[in-house]
Amino acid sequence: MHRRLHGRAGYRKVAGVTVAAALGLAAVAACSSSSTTSASTASDTGHVTVGGFCAPPSSSPVPYKEWNEDVATFEKANPNITIQSIYSAQCDVPATLTAQLAAGTEPDVYETYFGDLNQALDAGQAADITQYVNSTTVPVWKDIVPSAIAPVTAGKTLYGIPIFNYTQGLVINRQLFTQAGLNPNTPPTTWAQVETDATAITKLGNGIYGYGDYSADNNGGWHFTSELDANGGAMTNAAGTTASFDTTQGMQVLNALHTLRFTDKAMSATEALGWGTLQKQMAAGKLGMYIAAPDDIYQVIVPIDGGNVNDYGMGPLPSVSGTPAGTLSGGDAYLFAKRDTPAQIEAGIKWINFQDLTLGQGQYNLARNKAVGLPVGFYEPQMFQGATGTAYTALLNKYTTINESYYSTFVNANETPDGQPADDQALYKTLDPVMLSVLTNPNANIPQLLAGATAGVNQILANSSGG
Amino acid sequence: MSSPHSLSPRLRRNLSAYGFLIGGVVCFALFSWYPMVREIIMSFQKTQLGVTSWAGLVNYRRIFNDPTFWTAWRNTLEFTLLALIFGFAVPFFVAILLNELRHAKGYLRCLVYLPVMLPPASALLLFAYFYDPTYGLFNDILHTLHLPTSQWVLSSGTRWPTAAMISVVIAATWMNMGGATLIYLAALQNIPGELYEAAELDGAGIVKKIRHITIPQTRLVISMLLLLQIIATMQMFVEAFILDGGQGVNNNTESVVYLIYQYAFAMSSASNFNSAAALGVVLLIVLAVFSGGYVWLTRTRDH
Repeated sequence: MHRRLHGRAGYRKVAGVTVAAALGLAAVAACSSSSTTSASTASDTGHVTVGGFCAPPSSSPVPYKEWNEDVATFEKANPNITIQSIYSAQCDVPATLTAQLAAGTEPDVYETYFGDLNQALDAGQAADITQYVNSTTVPVWKDIVPSAIAPVTAGKTLYGIPIFNYTQGLVINRQLFTQAGLNPNTPPTTWAQVETDATAITKLGNGIYGYGDYSADNNGGWHFTSELDANGGAMTNAAGTTASFDTTQGMQVLNALHTLRFTDKAMSATEALGWGTLQKQMAAGKLGMYIAAPDDIYQVIVPIDGGNVNDYGMGPLPSVSGTPAGTLSGGDAYLFAKRDTPAQIEAGIKWINFQDLTLGQGQYNLARNKAVGLPVGFYEPQMFQGATGTAYTALLNKYTTINESYYSTFVNANETPDGQPADDQALYKTLDPVMLSVLTNPNANIPQLLAGATAGVNQILANSSGG
Repeated sequence: MSSPHSLSPRLRRNLSAYGFLIGGVVCFALFSWYPMVREIIMSFQKTQLGVTSWAGLVNYRRIFNDPTFWTAWRNTLEFTLLALIFGFAVPFFVAILLNELRHAKGYLRCLVYLPVMLPPASALLLFAYFYDPTYGLFNDILHTLHLPTSQWVLSSGTRWPTAAMISVVIAATWMNMGGATLIYLAALQNIPGELYEAAELDGAGIVKKIRHITIPQTRLVISMLLLLQIIATMQMFVEAFILDGGQGVNNNTESVVYLIYQYAFAMSSASNFNSAAALGVVLLIVLAVFSGGYVWLTRTRDH
């Protein structure tokens, strides 16, 4: 559970700069090469090397050590398989993955977000693994929730294996709530309550702000989508052919953010923030609330940014009604390169089953996580239903170390997972400037911004469907 | 093995030159010309479900219909123009100043060139801190002086010249002026001192000396740097990308190359690579026409 540090929709600026600076204009052409390369191949002796699995970096010593122990155990049990890991805090950097897919240089097994299958298929880089996945190779397969299998399936063909899923809620800093005289056990549920609480927290001064949100690196559009879902809206129509966010619900979200920033002055003047920034502010005790999935706390704020796990809790996504109508939901899945040999696909599935989909070991070795002091007991991922789901809940209850009551209002809200819109990254990119304008321009013309973004999104959707 | 005498005298004479050429030609062919040709081909193709097919002008129609296309060109021209005013004039006058100095010449030259040695990302991250509206150095100074503070790169205006773009240009000028300054300085030092002495005897002041001696004597260098700078600034990318995420508020710092980057890498779809290629080709054509026209004009003047 503590393995992957997920960037979600975003990517780090420096990584983007490196890609852009190194490749430039010519790279657009160079990366289009259809040639494929692989450092990992099955040899004639029956030995197979398979690479690309996302491992924690050495800067996270405990998860790093656990990962390497798991690899050693697995390779000892399967002496004909060698696992090659990518030690990185964020393995799926969208810009890098897009370039790799276009050039055919992605790893043998590559981590993707739930919305990435279409681009992998478009680039012709996703192998059909339907025949390799069954109750023998992945015993829990029948119990994986359908919402996690749908993003790796096209028609009846299976292209990947999901390993993690999430929905979003409101992460709160319980310390700051208490200091501001608020009750941390009742996080705000409406935008009006968020305003009141954020204003009270901001009054603490010392560079503390009540609320934070993203507006760069596609993360602004990503969060707007979730906030819109909670308000009962949707980014596109059901067919995914036209934009549908220029509505009362969309206006309400942006008006709430604009009010928080300029009327309540409960958000910082420093905006254009991308993924990773709000987590740092939260860990440093400078931020009262922001929206995220629970893994932001146990994968980033606590282990990377040094926050104290007891300082945080979660409520449902804010909405006008106080009852979120839905949430953006997503997750991570491994896809397989088209060039992979059958032996590599089999070995890859074997490792994923060992590491990510077996209760009691790998990411679900909760006994070990508890023993080494990692926080255990978060509500997500919720990958399983049926017998596996029941067994997982029992396992979680047995080893929980966190105070579950801190998360009860989030869990009880039982938000409906809405998935992600069609052509998600392109849509998020188009909404980033809208969020940035709302958070930086005191005179932002919200109807005009929504109308402009609608025109942009309609064009993107028309282009994707029309080729 | 054939005797060297069997080669034509001309080939024999130039053999070593061809030998030296071959490395450069191979490198250019592999890493510049081939990708350029591929880019042009790609701009007329589309890729769907792993199959690449001809698409005619679809990609070009798409980029011309994108509402941000003209905004990006407008911003790029704004940056180029502002960079000419700041980035072209400032190094020239700094070079003149350095050339006039009697003391601490080496130290000051080193100081002026130092920012060039910083990796662009580091230099820009430094400016991102300076410009931070909450904790930034510039707003701290303004606040101390009881002056109104600014949003700098995050300013929302879209009327030329925007505060956001001026902020980007200031950072870019600081970052890059060292190189141009040194080239100007070298050109200035090639101007015979007698010319200035004669002008002084004729009673010319500093302005007249610059106008009638310095500028005409460095015309060739100025002309070359102008061309190079316009080509470089039209490809503005990293500055805004680091300072404000690339787009700026109301898209007021979004450049053409940033739009190419968005198509190619941020929109996560294989077909967008073809649109990125089409926009790259448009930029290539604009710069090629500009460079050709510029070279033709300056050549005519030389005659």
